[in-house]
Amino acid sequence: MADKNNLIVYCEYDEGKVADVSLELLTKGRVLADRLGIKLEAVVIGDDLKDIEKQVFPYGVDRLYKVEDARLFPYTSNPHAAVLINLFKEIKPQICLMGATCIGRDLGPRVSSCLHSGLTADCTSLEIGDHKDPKTGKEYTDLLYQIRPAFGGNIVATIVNPDCRPQMATVREGVMKKEIYNPDHKGEVVNLDVNKYVSDTDFVVEIIDRHIEKSKVNIKGAPIIVAGGYGVGSKENFQLLFDLANTLGGEVGASRAAVDAGFIEHERQIGQTGVTVRPKLYIACGISGQIQHIAGMQESSIIISINNDPAAPINSIADYVITGNMEDIVPKLIKYYKKNSK
Amino acid sequence: MSLNIIVLAKQVPDTRNVGKDAMKEDGTINRAALPAIFNPEDLNALEQALRIKDKNPGSTVTLLTMGLPRASEIIREAIYRGADGGIVLTDRVLGGADTLATSYSLAQAVKKFGNYDIILGGRQAIDGDTAQVGPQIAEKLGLPQVTYAEEVVDVADGHVTVKRRLEHGVETVKAPLPCVVTVNGSAADCRPRNAHRLMKYKYAVSTSEKAKLAPEAQAFVDARPYLNIQEWSAAYVDADPEQIGLAGSPTKVKAIENVVFTAKESLCLENNDEQIENLVKELIANHTIG
Repeated sequence: MADKNNLIVYCEYDEGKVADVSLELLTKGRVLADRLGIKLEAVVIGDDLKDIEKQVFPYGVDRLYKVEDARLFPYTSNPHAAVLINLFKEIKPQICLMGATCIGRDLGPRVSSCLHSGLTADCTSLEIGDHKDPKTGKEYTDLLYQIRPAFGGNIVATIVNPDCRPQMATVREGVMKKEIYNPDHKGEVVNLDVNKYVSDTDFVVEIIDRHIEKSKVNIKGAPIIVAGGYGVGSKENFQLLFDLANTLGGEVGASRAAVDAGFIEHERQIGQTGVTVRPKLYIACGISGQIQHIAGMQESSIIISINNDPAAPINSIADYVITGNMEDIVPKLIKYYKKNSK
Repeated sequence: MSLNIIVLAKQVPDTRNVGKDAMKEDGTINRAALPAIFNPEDLNALEQALRIKDKNPGSTVTLLTMGLPRASEIIREAIYRGADGGIVLTDRVLGGADTLATSYSLAQAVKKFGNYDIILGGRQAIDGDTAQVGPQIAEKLGLPQVTYAEEVVDVADGHVTVKRRLEHGVETVKAPLPCVVTVNGSAADCRPRNAHRLMKYKYAVSTSEKAKLAPEAQAFVDARPYLNIQEWSAAYVDADPEQIGLAGSPTKVKAIENVVFTAKESLCLENNDEQIENLVKELIANHTIG
């Protein structure tokens, strides 16, 4: 029998704005809900939520649950978990999606543990499909396929939760695309009374200090990315990549190996454990191309690989391969760009 | 104030430097080609635990790990670095567990251990990268959690103060004890092995390792309680068979695929001025750059 319960997205909210990752999940959630013939719901928990519905309805939300209380912002684990646990017991969603952020990855496991529902972290793809249990032969229709890399990105696993609900998954920012469903779409707003969902004893963790800065680095939105790997060799050589990025009007990214080696800060890491990017030009310097890196940049429009090793795995997905030392080649790119651009 | 500190740790295959021989022909993992290591962020957690111990004389640090019997290796490693002892939760029936069944099993072991003040662990393990076990154990034990910890700033008056490293900044929070704290890789590195401890504890063995020793070596270990690493079974921690292993796991692996990327036809350029200048001109002409 088809499950007609709905799909719900936990939306993060800060400074009057719904987080991009939440809007990306609403976009995906709308597609999945249409496929299943169910409603797309969203829940926002925080303070000063104003007319947040205006932000989420264009993404196709049919019902928005709002839980507003001064104590619910900034986020702490137990009160937000209590809202979701109690709300899910009432409305029994079949699917719940949240961002694989510091919040979603703190909240998801707690909710999943209490409801004994399965949770899959950091999914890179979500689909609907059938499943037959290999042992019992029991057949399931329309399950959520939670597809994620495992084992350091060397394999991709499809995970299903056959019997437990909700089927929960987290997805990193930038993995799904954000797209307006219908600017005139209208849903219903349901205001929930915080006291029915959260008890005073849930407010156990006290935030004594908070410094949130907007990230200085914006590789996710950069049209051109010059990325360096372990083959760049040193922190000093990374300066060459900054020179090229500055010349072209781009940003500098890095592979996990370069970050682990201490050549550059973690914020710039591209790949499954960093940021997923889709620039129009990706210049990979000294990056061998571990699967976990390629997965985070393979959708770039044009890929140039500069590597000493003509057999580097990344070369197979590159549009242009230049075999040689990046220390030679990068300055030449800068020189000829300056010469040929107006 | 002396504290009983539990550090949750995992022995993991080193997935960070996977060579070509790590995958078998049939697309499965060749575990033998990957060395088993102390999960890196669990070492960061151990360091925070040892710092709490340094500041609070009389405290004890106990490592708790679930895995194969050989996971006693990481307990010895932790003891060399300053931990007081450890427990390996190991049992065939625990195999095939997802994060929820793992959390349940570990939470049962924590309950069996009893008197604890704070539980620390790495944010996530590098073989799964899920970061779920810490918060799930907290929930199972009804404890508050503090994730993404970079530094345990202070433990006083029944509270722990923790600096957290978030995507876009830092946050300092205060939580009542007992609680679960998961530690980020950005926290301080773990101290190295201590030579004296290495000499003292190099013969530390788990119950099953001891059973394989010669009688006189067994007698040597038996005479020195500090050389005994405990091994606990599922039954010993009163684990409900329905909630452990494969049976206790709501998530099932439907399929595993080797990752294959569709190769493009690449244009190979020589590292010479003419070809590089032509490439730059082409990118300018098609408005990719400039």
